[in-house]
Amino acid sequence: MSSTPRLRTQALLFAGLIVGLSACGDSKDTGEAGASSRVITADGSSTVFPVTEAVAEEFQKANAGTRVTVGSSGTGGGFQKFCRDETDISNASRPIKATELEACTKAGIDFIELPVAYDGIAIVVHPKNTWVVSMTVAELKKLWEPAAQGQVKRWNQIRPEWPNEEIRLFGAGTDSGTFDYFTEAIMGKEAQSRGDYTSSEDDNVIVQGVSGDQYALGYFGYSYYEQNKDKLKLVPLDDGDDSNGAGPIAPSPETVAGGTYRPLSRPIFVYAKVKALQRPEVLQFVEFYLTQGVPLVREVGYIPMTEREQSMVRDRFNARKTGTMYTGTDSHSQTTLEQRLTK
Amino acid sequence: MNARSRRVVEFIIERALFLCASGTILVTAGIILVLLWETLGFLREVPITEFLFGTVWTPLFYDKHFGVLPLVTGTLLASAIAMAVAIPSGLIIAIYLNEYAAEPVRRTVRPVLEVLAGIPTVVYGYFALLFVTPLLQAIVPGLAGFNALSPGIVMGIMILPLVSSLSEDAMRAVPNGLREGAYALGGTRMQTSLRVVVPAAFSGISAAVILAMSRAIGETMIVLIAAGQQPRLTLDPRVPIETMTAYIVQVSLGDTPAGTLEYRTIFAVGMLLFICTFALNLISNWLRERFREEYA
Repeated sequence: MSSTPRLRTQALLFAGLIVGLSACGDSKDTGEAGASSRVITADGSSTVFPVTEAVAEEFQKANAGTRVTVGSSGTGGGFQKFCRDETDISNASRPIKATELEACTKAGIDFIELPVAYDGIAIVVHPKNTWVVSMTVAELKKLWEPAAQGQVKRWNQIRPEWPNEEIRLFGAGTDSGTFDYFTEAIMGKEAQSRGDYTSSEDDNVIVQGVSGDQYALGYFGYSYYEQNKDKLKLVPLDDGDDSNGAGPIAPSPETVAGGTYRPLSRPIFVYAKVKALQRPEVLQFVEFYLTQGVPLVREVGYIPMTEREQSMVRDRFNARKTGTMYTGTDSHSQTTLEQRLTK
Repeated sequence: MNARSRRVVEFIIERALFLCASGTILVTAGIILVLLWETLGFLREVPITEFLFGTVWTPLFYDKHFGVLPLVTGTLLASAIAMAVAIPSGLIIAIYLNEYAAEPVRRTVRPVLEVLAGIPTVVYGYFALLFVTPLLQAIVPGLAGFNALSPGIVMGIMILPLVSSLSEDAMRAVPNGLREGAYALGGTRMQTSLRVVVPAAFSGISAAVILAMSRAIGETMIVLIAAGQQPRLTLDPRVPIETMTAYIVQVSLGDTPAGTLEYRTIFAVGMLLFICTFALNLISNWLRERFREEYA
């Protein structure tokens, strides 16, 4: 994500300023000086934001007097602040990069890497679409890559036996985390996509568009499929690699969490700063996240990890195991989360 | 109150009124300046020929193109459908209410019609998306879930009272002497309405139509909800399109970084939209002046 100021960030900053100012006023009035020191700061991915925000809300309800501020300046922006010792917790929709790790090490920041949920993208077509039984990742790339813009327009250009009808595309808008994730997983590089499709940051628009058009194809966060099962048909995906499950695989809580629905499923993370855990409120918050977070994960539309993975993550935290599980450069490699946690 | 204090009060009131009046002018001037400034910034990076005559609009994507024509045709297509609905039915309603209907009927129907203009446009938008589109899909083969046809028709319903009420006012202003003359020559009601009253009220009717058109071009919510968000160069009313207004909303809602080229596109598109509606309003004024029939 770029470092230029973003509208939403500015709005958040402004809102934060107001909250901050009013909080100052409050503490002066009541003479509570201690309250202002109990602040937990989190920043990072806008994809992880809803989960951390939901956890923060519940946590603040249970612990009056502690404030949790959650920003959404993107995974990269979040790590920048985190490694400058400005935040306690960093949200990330991908593992920390080697360059970011270096910055953190230089600044003497030790962290614990904690997977908190899975995120999946569903490929959907109209229920009356009889010809698409599955698609390969290569076909998806051919359909969505920038070179397809204005060129690949009909179903039979993907597979000759498919109808000679215009294919109407619906997908995530460029401001959406789903867009970054989809383009990176399918095209191999973030933000590379054709532009001649109906793009919306609102997944409901995509649901509406695909469910009303027999020749449509769309993609969006898996949770929206769950809510609109009767109006849409899921397209199983074949990544051409039989080691993570042979043939086409459709997304479901099992295949997303089990790591066989590739490459459109990934874990999302929270990074906790070891030094900050000395403060009881930060420790409490992270423990709250790892123990009470699951129903909230489901509520905001992500897929919870398996029981086993959850307990392994808790063990990892309790053992204060620092560093990253992802030493390689490729976040979409074939090792499952469970295998990584076991290491 | 003596004469002197009265003068002072008068002075204050006059200045206050002047400030109010000049305030609106200042705000308008400010809006135009901001639009101009950002548009010039946009045109420094994108040649104006590419902007006005390019046929692909993908400023937010990897392969960037800044041809505004798909947005323009989208806007014109939806507006044309709206006008095709609003002009005939609006005129027929106006003629009926003014020349045929009994006074009590006119007095009830007109306010009821005008309620149509008071319905929030977001309600019209969902009406188009969730009611009209499924209905039309049963009749029109190959109609997509998002299309130009359904919001166009609903937009026509929305601007209908604008056309009918303003046209009716214009027809009402035609002196009765003309009607009586037509009847005296043996004209039927139909002949009188269509050949005497409508031509006599032509300037007012055309001004009404153009105002309605400018309203349709600037309409945002209905097309944003029901027309889809895909800029495509087409005159096929059955497929998703994107209008200029809908594009501006889409970018404004997202977190496009301020000051970038992507951000400036919305000002360039806004400027174009402003020029369109401004030109239409000028034409409307001109028509009113040019074709005014004086009956004194």
